[in-house]
This record gives sequence, structure tokens and C-alpha cells, in this order.
Amino acid sequence: MASCAIKMENVTKRFGKVVANDHINLELREGEILSLLGENGSGKTTLMNQLSGIYYPDEGQIYVHDKPVTISSPKDAFDNGIGMIHQHFKLVDVFTATENIVLGLDGEGKFDLKAAGEKIRTICEKYGFDIRPEQKIYDMSVSQKQTVEIVKVLFRGADILILDEPTAVLTPQETDKLFDIMRAMKKDGKSLIIITHKLHEVLDVSDRVAVLRKGEYIGDVMTKDANQQSLTDMMVGHSVTLNIDRPMPKDPKPRLELKNLTVYDELGVKRLDDVSFTVMGGEILGVAGVAGSGQKELLESIAGLYPVRSGEIVFHNPQSGKSENLVGKDPLDIKRAGVGMAFVPEDRLGMGLVGSMGMTGNMLLRSYRKGTGLFVDRKQPEKLANSIWKDLEVVTPSTAFPVRRMSGGNVQKVLVGREIAQEPAVLMSAYAVRGLDINTSYTIYNLLTAEKMKGVAVIYVGEDLDVLLELCDRLVVLCGGQVSGVVDARTITKEEVGLLMTQHRKEGA
Amino acid sequence: MAKAAHTTREPVILMSKRGELLPPWKSWGIRVIGFLLSLVVSGIVIMMVSGLNPAAVFATMLDGAVGTTKRSWVTVRDAMTLLCIAVGLAPAFKMRFWNIGAEGQILVGAIASAACMIYLKNLPTLLLIPVMICASLIAGGIWGFFPGLFKARWNTNETLFTLMMNYIAIQLTSFFVALWENPFGSNSVGVINSQNKQGWLPNLLQEGYNKDFGWNVIIVLTVTLIMYLYMNHSKHGYEISVIGDSENTARYAGIRVNRAYVRTIVFSGAICGLAGFVAVSGASHTISTSTAGGRGFTAIIVAWLAQFNSVVMIVFSFLLVFLQKGAQAIASTYNLSQEVSEMITGIILFFLLGSEFFVNYTVHFRGKKVAK
Repeated sequence: MASCAIKMENVTKRFGKVVANDHINLELREGEILSLLGENGSGKTTLMNQLSGIYYPDEGQIYVHDKPVTISSPKDAFDNGIGMIHQHFKLVDVFTATENIVLGLDGEGKFDLKAAGEKIRTICEKYGFDIRPEQKIYDMSVSQKQTVEIVKVLFRGADILILDEPTAVLTPQETDKLFDIMRAMKKDGKSLIIITHKLHEVLDVSDRVAVLRKGEYIGDVMTKDANQQSLTDMMVGHSVTLNIDRPMPKDPKPRLELKNLTVYDELGVKRLDDVSFTVMGGEILGVAGVAGSGQKELLESIAGLYPVRSGEIVFHNPQSGKSENLVGKDPLDIKRAGVGMAFVPEDRLGMGLVGSMGMTGNMLLRSYRKGTGLFVDRKQPEKLANSIWKDLEVVTPSTAFPVRRMSGGNVQKVLVGREIAQEPAVLMSAYAVRGLDINTSYTIYNLLTAEKMKGVAVIYVGEDLDVLLELCDRLVVLCGGQVSGVVDARTITKEEVGLLMTQHRKEGA
Repeated sequence: MAKAAHTTREPVILMSKRGELLPPWKSWGIRVIGFLLSLVVSGIVIMMVSGLNPAAVFATMLDGAVGTTKRSWVTVRDAMTLLCIAVGLAPAFKMRFWNIGAEGQILVGAIASAACMIYLKNLPTLLLIPVMICASLIAGGIWGFFPGLFKARWNTNETLFTLMMNYIAIQLTSFFVALWENPFGSNSVGVINSQNKQGWLPNLLQEGYNKDFGWNVIIVLTVTLIMYLYMNHSKHGYEISVIGDSENTARYAGIRVNRAYVRTIVFSGAICGLAGFVAVSGASHTISTSTAGGRGFTAIIVAWLAQFNSVVMIVFSFLLVFLQKGAQAIASTYNLSQEVSEMITGIILFFLLGSEFFVNYTVHFRGKKVAK
């Protein structure tokens, strides 16, 4: 057997009560490309951060080139030849590539920027990178910035490279180019780990795949012996029964119709691509997909917070029976059009709530426009705050206590409580139970189900497939901004959903 | 290489956020203690640097600020002008719109007032004063409008923009000072309408030195009260608080953030413009490039110290003017440089800001728990 570039033995990392990595044994062989595969929150990045010196393991031992080492800072990682390319670039925009690359290096005497530039040019030529050392970062494309990050670690002499979801920000062409570079580095004797949850990329570039699930090491497999189905099975695991109460929908009628919705982000990257589906009143529609498949953009487009390039969002008003296109309306227009839209966004304190205000102030967010006068009525919101405080058992010293200082579960109760109190026609929620304990999670499930039985169209964006399969009536599966399937949540299996999540729709199909 | 042993080290001092809000008497108690401590520390510093008796120095400060009726009224007058500016800045800063341009907004308000005094002096006082008020509000509002518009449209940096608007206002003032120069060659405007006092705020009370300044107090306190209601009880005020906390939340709630920016900064600029009117019509009766005199910046400190509560700003504008006046008195009496008094101001502000930390955090020492 080949010797190991990296070997992790029984590595455990806990954050409070949460075990992010549970006795993981992982090895990276010399000169191979290893894919680290797993769902969101399975502990991939945490594990790699312990190699790059950002976290320090609570237990376990790390070996580099078969020697036991202690990595307690990024400098230790570099000294051991480990370089990590993070998902979020850590570059200074107004500096040149060279300046960024040498930033933080210790050197004796005067620093020779010119020599560094030459060395960088040599590295670029060797691997075919298309950056110029004197180019400023703000002049670069996303893929070039990533290249600078790669050159940075090569410049420092790393022979073990870790890439954290490097393809998330790249176009398919750029991805191919990156993979070529990775293969070139491998040929040069470097060992690489790539974190990803895109199966076709795993199969394309890596030699071996290691799978994590919920903080545990599931196993590894040689890429040549794997296919999408076998990897999906390893990644999602077997179904777990949760016993969430799921009554049949009563008399579902179309409430929201999305037709060929296409949106682009500020950088001009397509985030939703020709998305069409219908949301029924009286059902919970789940939205599944790996992170960043367009879930956020989907909900924000419906809420009027995201610019829509083309397509329609038609709302069928259950009271008046009228239909209305919501595209081009901002949240205030939507509200004025009589559309009862409730939205529990992913970023609770950054978007759904005002952190510095208490419960009452946050109740006002939805109701402060009531009345014709100049002044705000605080009596009704105060009443609502008190009833949510009591009914949902929110733990807080008073209704004036800033919600920012409450715990995550209580923050979510305040947010969900307020949104439901609007008596909406459409209720959207994004990762509604993320970070919540079991009891609070069930409280949220029950609230959503109660809304569904009132005839509300509930959209539930989730990451835990077990929950999606037991809570929702139907599932929309997103993959890379496209709908890869609309399925019945009662009959489909977890494996089938997992496969849809990673399967891009074929062109023309 | 041996693996380092894991030991959890308990820090000597542990600071943590308070789990609940302190009742007002406690939080204000902390602030008062902070203020008293600052006096003790500045006393020690005075002794160390000058060898003077700190009690005597404090007495001189007190005498300089409120020693005579006249001095007291000058202190009141200056505090009112400062208060007016701080009140004007509050909505902008609460919205996290860094309005560094109060100086300019004051100056254009002052120019507008002075122009009315010079060109409209034939209007009856009852009409002239309201016209001056409106003109100064509009001028200040326009000075706020441009940075607001550019921020809303093109997301320009309002700090730089408002700051640069100050320089334009200063140049504009120089131009008008040259235009209105009186007497010719003096390079100053001199007291405007000194004979018939057109456009001067009239006497409110009959006798004493206060007769010139009564209206200042009434106008500024009215504005303060209106601002208090606006910020704490109006729909606009609520929107401002939401935007200041999180723009995304504001958008989510259907607030049209860009409109709110422009609206609020115009309002903010207008009140600062009004401060220019108060300074010209209610105090100096002239105009020069030093009419604002750095008060547009001092007012930022007042607004932040009071955490944008306009009623609390009354206290802090008095405190800062008091310290300034006291400083001048020390400088002249003891022949000390003005820096000593600025050190005292610095020490007091340091302690006041520091006490906010203890309002929001508790401090535990290793071993025992100490409630602070």
C-alpha cells in the first residue's frame, strides 16, 4: 500500500453539545485526488479546517507523511506542506496577485517583490494558470481569484492541497479547467482533497471517494468502482422514521404558479433556470436540493426581494378568485395587492427580524403600517407578542428584550409565530429547523402542518431528507438552479431524491 | 513529536453579555458612577500635570460656565445650538447613514437666514422670521438631498460625500461674506441689521441678558420634542430603526429603503440647517466661515452618547458645552494651555462610553463571582 500523505486517526471535534466530527479515520494517499463527499452539515469543512489549523481537534491524532504532527495554527499547516483553498476567498481586492500571495510571509531583510513575481510566473507557466502577477484582484474573474488562492498555497511550498467546494462558484468550462489543473498537480506529485457534493464531478476528477454523514465516517470507495447511485446511497444513508404527523391535504387548489422563472445574480450567474411548478393551497410543498441550488433565490423571487429576469409567478387569490402576476412587484406592492405572504427566511436575524428590538418591536414589522395616522400603534403588537410568548413558550425575560440576545430556537419561534399570525395565504420557510433542538423542531413541524390544514400553501425548504419525506406532501427537487423533479413525498424513496438532487437536467430533455 | 495535552484554561476575567435588560435606575446608576470616577481620575491627572488643586480647577470650570448670569445664558445658548444639530443628526445616524456633513448643512442654513435678513429686511418681523426658518430648513435639506440621492441611486459612500459637501459650503460662505462685506474692506459681514434688528429673534422676556436667547430655547426644545416623537412613535421613525439594524430586514418588511434614505437625510439636513438659523438669527447676527465652528462634529458625539434619544441629548449637549466653557476658563485663569481641559473632556467621555460596556456586560473574576 502506498504511504499516506495525511492520516487522521479518531479525530473528534465538538461544538458545545454538537459532535461535528465523531472519531473520524481518514487517509489521503500520496499522489492521489480524494473526494470528500457528504451532505450539508456532515462535517466535511470542519474536518478539513483541522488540517489547515483553523480548528484544533478535541481528540485524535493527525499524521503527515506518516509522521505524527500537531497542527494548532495555519502556520503549522503550512510548515507541514498543507494548503487549503477556502470557499470564500481571502484576498485583498486592491492588491495585486503577487502582493496577495506574499502577504503574511516572513522574510529576512528587504522583501524582493520582483523575485516573488518571477517565482509566481514560473508556477503559472508550469500549470497553465492564466493570471498575471501584477494584476489587481478587483480586475479578476471569480475563477482567476480562485487561481490566486491556489498559487498562494503552491508558492508556500504546499504539497497537500485541500479545496473546499471549489466548483460552487465556477461555470462548467471553468470547472473543467480547474480539473485539468488538479490533474496536472497530481502528476507533479501533489496530493489533493476536494470537498464537493456534486457527484458527476466526484466521478470525473477523483481517484477515491470518502463519505461523511452526520459527522461520521461512512467509508471510502475507489472512484472506478463507484457510480452515482452507489455514492448517493452512501451519502444519504437509510431512512429514519421520525413520526411526524402528516394528514392528507384537504381539497388542494393551485395557489401559486411558477412559470419558466429565470433569475441571475449580481455577477450575472444564472441562479434559477426555467423553473416551473405549482404550489397548492392546503399542502406542504418541500423543496430539496444541495445547498446553493437556487433555494434562496426561489423564495426571495416569490417574496419580491430578488430581481426576476424572465418568467411569471401567478398568485390565485383564494378570497377574490382573481389571479395576479407577482413578478416586478416589491414586497410592499405584493402586500398592497392583498397577497397574504408569510416568509421565514434562512437568515433569521439578518432578514426576518430586527435584532436590536424586542418581541413587540418585531411584531410591528408586519403591522406598523396599519391605521392612517403618522404614529405607530403598539398595543396590538404588544398583545400579539404576549400571546406568542405564552403559546410558543418563548424563553425571554420580557417582550422588550432584544431578540438578538435570545437563543436560536426562541428567535425562530418569534419569527414563525409572527408570520403565522398574519393569517397568510402562502407561507414560505427556509431551513426552518436549522440549529434547533428536537422539541422546538417538532413545534415548528406541527405549526406548519396546522397552517396546511387551514388551507395555506406552505413551502418548506429543507436540508434533512428524512424530514422532507415525512413532513411534505410533494417535493420539488432543485439541482443547479433547475427543477430536476416534482415528486410525491409519500411514495418516493430517499435514494431516488438523493439522485435527483445531483442529477442535472439534460439539455433538451 | 508529542501531542500537546488538552487543558481547558479558565480566563482570569470573563466577560459575558447580560442575560436580561437592566432596569433604568441600575443602568443610569452605572453611568453616574462612571461620571464620578471620571472626575476623580481627571482630578488626579490635573494634579500630576499642573500641580494645581483639582478642586480649585473644577471650581474655575464651574465659574467659567455658569459663574454669572451672562455666562450661564451663553452656556444655555450654545448648548441649544449644539442640541439642535445633534437632534438633526440623530435620524441619519440611527439609520447608519454617516452624516458627517452637519457643518455644511449648518452653513447653508446660516447663509439662507442671512440672505433673508439682508434682502427681505422690509418684511414685518412676524413674516420675516418664518420665512427665514423655512429658507434655512430648505437649504439644509438640499445639502442633505444630494448625498442621499447619490447613495440611494449609485450607492456612493455618504461619509465622503457629506464631508466634501462641507467644503463646498465653506467656499460658498466665503463667497457670500465677500459679497455682503460690511464695512467695505473688513473682510467680514459684521452685525447684520444692527440698527433695526430685522430678522433677529425678538426678546422673549423683558429684562436681563436672557432676553435675546429665550426663543432659541423654545425653538430648539420644540424641535427636540418633535424629533423624540418622530423617532419613537412615528411610522417613519420605526422604519429608520429597522433600516439601521438591517437593510435586508427592512426590504423584507416592504420598506422602500432608498426612499427612506433620501427622505431621512433631507430631514436631517433640514434640522441642521435650522441650527444655522438659530446660530445667526438667535445668537451671532452675522455670518462667517466659522459660524458652524466644528459643532457639526461635536454634535455627532452628543448624538451617539445619548444613543439617539433626543431628550437625553439635552443632558449631553449641556455637558459638552459646559466642559468647553470650563476649559476656556481654566486656560485663561491658570495660564494653562487649552489641551489640559481637552484632556479632561477626553477622560470624561472615555468613562461615559466605558460605562456602556458595564450596562451590557457582566464581568466575572476567576474563582469568585463579582457583579458589577
